[in-house]
Amino acid sequence: MLSLDKLTRGRQAKVISIDKGSNCCQKLENLGLCPGSLVKKISQESSRGPVVVKVGSTQIALGHGMASKITVELL
Amino acid sequence: MNILLVGNPNVGKSLVFSRLTGAKVIASNYPGTTVEFTEGVMNFFGIKGKIIDSPGIYSLSPTNKAEEVAVKLLEKADVLVNVIDATNLERNLRLTLELIKSVKKPLLIVLNMWDETRHKGIAIDKEELEKILGLPVVTTCALSGEGIKDLALSISKAKNSGFKFNLPIWTEIGNLIEKVQKLSHKRHTLWDFFEELSIRPPFSFFVAVALVFFSFVLIRFIGEGLINHLFNPLFDYAYTPLVMKLNALLAPGSFLQTVLIGQLVDGNIDYSASFGLLTTGLYVPLGAVLPYIISFYFVLGFMEDWGYLPRLAILGDRFFHKIGLHGYAIVPMVLGLGCNVPGALANRLFQERREKFIAATLLAIAVPCMAQTAMIINLLGRFGGQYVLGVFFIIFCLWVVLGKIMNFFVKGQSPEILIEIPPYRRPHLLNVLKKLWYRISWFFKEALPLVLLGILIVNILYFFRVIDALAFVFSPVITKLWGLPKEMIGALLIGFLRKDIAVGMLRPLDLSLHQIIVGVTILAVYFPCMATFVVLAKELGLKDMIKSIIIMIFTAVSIGALLNFGLKILGI
Repeated sequence: MLSLDKLTRGRQAKVISIDKGSNCCQKLENLGLCPGSLVKKISQESSRGPVVVKVGSTQIALGHGMASKITVELL
Repeated sequence: MNILLVGNPNVGKSLVFSRLTGAKVIASNYPGTTVEFTEGVMNFFGIKGKIIDSPGIYSLSPTNKAEEVAVKLLEKADVLVNVIDATNLERNLRLTLELIKSVKKPLLIVLNMWDETRHKGIAIDKEELEKILGLPVVTTCALSGEGIKDLALSISKAKNSGFKFNLPIWTEIGNLIEKVQKLSHKRHTLWDFFEELSIRPPFSFFVAVALVFFSFVLIRFIGEGLINHLFNPLFDYAYTPLVMKLNALLAPGSFLQTVLIGQLVDGNIDYSASFGLLTTGLYVPLGAVLPYIISFYFVLGFMEDWGYLPRLAILGDRFFHKIGLHGYAIVPMVLGLGCNVPGALANRLFQERREKFIAATLLAIAVPCMAQTAMIINLLGRFGGQYVLGVFFIIFCLWVVLGKIMNFFVKGQSPEILIEIPPYRRPHLLNVLKKLWYRISWFFKEALPLVLLGILIVNILYFFRVIDALAFVFSPVITKLWGLPKEMIGALLIGFLRKDIAVGMLRPLDLSLHQIIVGVTILAVYFPCMATFVVLAKELGLKDMIKSIIIMIFTAVSIGALLNFGLKILGI
């Protein structure tokens, strides 16, 4: 179990939990990122920069703070 | 009958819309191109109806103002046309299921970008999807126009879906996808390779620097090329003789001669200094500004359609955080470089009042539009390119400093970036040229009359000596603090109408290089033009607008004084 920002590039993982407010969770869920979904880390812009992940066939970029609150489990 | 195009951001709704109605709407490859709704009348092979294009939404709970606009539109629609990106069926179906469950209106599914599914190794069983959802499904490629006729014919077949579901929405979608979609492995292309490189540090940084630099060089190259090889010769050889003939018919110094032709310089027309309606009035918008409008929007059109802007947003995110915004603020800023009005409208992509305020104020103060930029180049370029760059560097520094100050003082927190990154798509020259044409025709329709009106007002103000009276009142600030002649008040007044004429008004004042630099910088930052002002006031509300205005005036007065004294020390 680790947070999304710590995930290595190219690795796949399963989202376990998202420790953010309901508004933010809703926005993530809209894009398909919610507990249970599979994500693949694409890249990360510097150590505190946005994280890019692939969910399904959608690439999304999310802020570093958000990514650090998303717990994932390696597959 | 109201037919509403609804769907996720960046699935091609606007392109479908303009195919169906022939209306002029901008379509690009980044989420959030459309921030307001557009209505158009469809008359397609005898099928008639009112079509509404709406901003993209991911779900029925809006998270920003653009999305609110779309969700509200659902109420008054009679038929919903759900446009789906076929290469991204899974995510798009989320909205579809919500529409089925909560909106309960006749629905038609459009699988757009159908041609791309083949390249991406995606096979969708259209009939199976129709059967499961109980809805008509059509496939289109809006870019080429394929399937649009089929879509128009199928609108009458739209119906309420009988599809019922109880499982959590993503589980339900997962099951659905399993039945209708098959993925086959696809080869990695050169595009894919570049796509990855352009978001992976440290390459992403070099890609961005190279692209931005190349864009500016290209804009300048095309702009200057058009001026030197097309517009200037046209004016000099075709237009000037005509105006000189007209001039010979008018009594020198009469009201009509002053208004139409203006002051002659050594018996000749000086397009930058004469200030008549038919001389400077036409030269500023057509001879100086239009070439740069063409070159800017041509280059921007490629950038937009190709899909690079969201990548630039990721790269700039950390930087934007320092000024209280997130990376996607690059969109209003870049659009603002063309014209502040669409830039101000793009503020709808922000969610919080704080972000909107900071972005709007920065846009109004420190993002000069292309009309203004073209005139700054026109005025200052003759002294050397380094001064033009110098002025833009000053404005950029101001943008950063002001952003940092506002980030410190404006209460609240700014949300983090959360955007979908579209895949790169090959820009189609036809779409790029179409957008360019729309934007040029808007420039003619909205800007040209204002420029002419501005020149007319300038003449009337001078003719009746109103400027002299105002100059007397404001001269302490203008002469003492800024070191500019008091006639500068004329430019400041007209700048509210159009910034390009305001910059042009500095030319006849016979300013030194020092004064021109101070003058154009003040004109760039002091206040937005009327058109931008109206949009900003509407988007921000009265209270925030007043705060923003106070910052603008304070910034202009101080940057003018600072530059005046600073440049003196530097010996410019």
